[in-house]
Amino acid sequence: MKIDSRFQARPKGNISLSIDGEIVFAHKGDTVATALLADSGNASRKTNKNSPRTPFCMMGVCFDCLVEINGSPNEQSCMIQVEEGMVVKRPKGLRNYEQK
Amino acid sequence: MSDKNAEFIIVGAGVVGLSIALGLLQKGHQVTILDGGDSDLSASKGNFGLIWLQAKGSHFAPYAKWTHKAVKKWPDFAKSLEELTQINLALEQTGGYEFFTDSNEFKAFQADLKQQQIHLGKKSSYEILTGDDLRKRYAGIGDKVVGATFCPLDGHVNPLKLFSALHSAVLTLGGKIFSNNKVKNITPLQGGGFKLLALNGNRFYSDRVILAAGLGTNSLAKQLDFVTQVRPQRGELLITEKIAERLPFVSSTIRQVNEGGIQIGGTSEEAGLDDSESLNVMVNLAQHAVSVYPQLSNVRVNRAWGALRILSPDGYPVYAQSHQYPGAYLVTCHSGITLASLHCSLLAEWIIDASNQSTLEAFSENRFSISSAA
Repeated sequence: MKIDSRFQARPKGNISLSIDGEIVFAHKGDTVATALLADSGNASRKTNKNSPRTPFCMMGVCFDCLVEINGSPNEQSCMIQVEEGMVVKRPKGLRNYEQK
Repeated sequence: MSDKNAEFIIVGAGVVGLSIALGLLQKGHQVTILDGGDSDLSASKGNFGLIWLQAKGSHFAPYAKWTHKAVKKWPDFAKSLEELTQINLALEQTGGYEFFTDSNEFKAFQADLKQQQIHLGKKSSYEILTGDDLRKRYAGIGDKVVGATFCPLDGHVNPLKLFSALHSAVLTLGGKIFSNNKVKNITPLQGGGFKLLALNGNRFYSDRVILAAGLGTNSLAKQLDFVTQVRPQRGELLITEKIAERLPFVSSTIRQVNEGGIQIGGTSEEAGLDDSESLNVMVNLAQHAVSVYPQLSNVRVNRAWGALRILSPDGYPVYAQSHQYPGAYLVTCHSGITLASLHCSLLAEWIIDASNQSTLEAFSENRFSISSAA
């Protein structure tokens, strides 16, 4: 889903991170949730029952924005700022004890 | 009858009040439930979802027998509640463990189980496992576990679904629930019946009244001439992120909700009416969980909270009818989940007509009057 129509376009940021293998640019101070929402209006994860989720409360409460960051599962993307080279994955279903 | 004029009014819409309401409604009685607000000290919101027999009533035979009856009745109770509401309670009653990392505590608990067995006889059985026995059964158990006990009748449900199902069942059967109507005064009326005054000024009338008000019991109990007074005991809980793999066991301190989160709890503190959580207790809970099941060490805790249990003076349930105002009843217990199966059946029948259930005499409040006189 394209979300350009809903937001004013902003200049390209200079921090690059990867979301599901795709390089995305964000601004210093952006949260990962912001980067995810700016990148696409698609679900940022799927629950165990394949139900779509996307960042919602943006303040660390709802746990809907969980993603994998640098190999660590179920990170709250709204509470973490982007860093150069960060590797973000949109999870599908629940994590396991052993990751990968 | 109007909404404010009921045959039975139950004060308290927690698991206990709702279970009794369900039983009365199923027998064709008319029930209204009055509840307080969201910020009240509801014990139901802190419950662990255990259906648990292990060691209960070791030192009080009627409680051992009553609990045994309750756990045996749970499968039928769950089935009928699920049929009525179409809500899956996720009942899993395949036996439960108590894990020990301290050998003295392990020994003391075995003595309790032995004592309980004397009360229950052949109806019940339990197993004692050494740490190595247990590790053979479940490869993931940690080295620090010195032993475990197992009771095949123990289990758990999804506590939120149970709460929601009870609520829905009561409404389906025509019960009325008024929240934000915390009851301040109950006045027995001349010639029978009761007038209830809520903090918000609403007045309700009923033929009979049942106190199931948890920690809100004490002042109302006095007004109805009950001697029972309850006190709070804090428990703290952790819940982890959801995990795909199922924990292979249910224990009284570590259990996995059917949706995947692992609930860790079982602490007891005397903290008055303070239901907040504390860092040192959370740390102890996490350490306990990791020593029992080391794989949990890299699992994230999402939430932690405290809640207050409701304890009667001796810790056992109280099922009392007021001597002075026979239409008034007081019900309080610690194990509202385990006992729900009986609260909606045998207890409700006793309230309808006390000659239905002579076995409940052991839980009357006479035991407190005698001990205070002695």
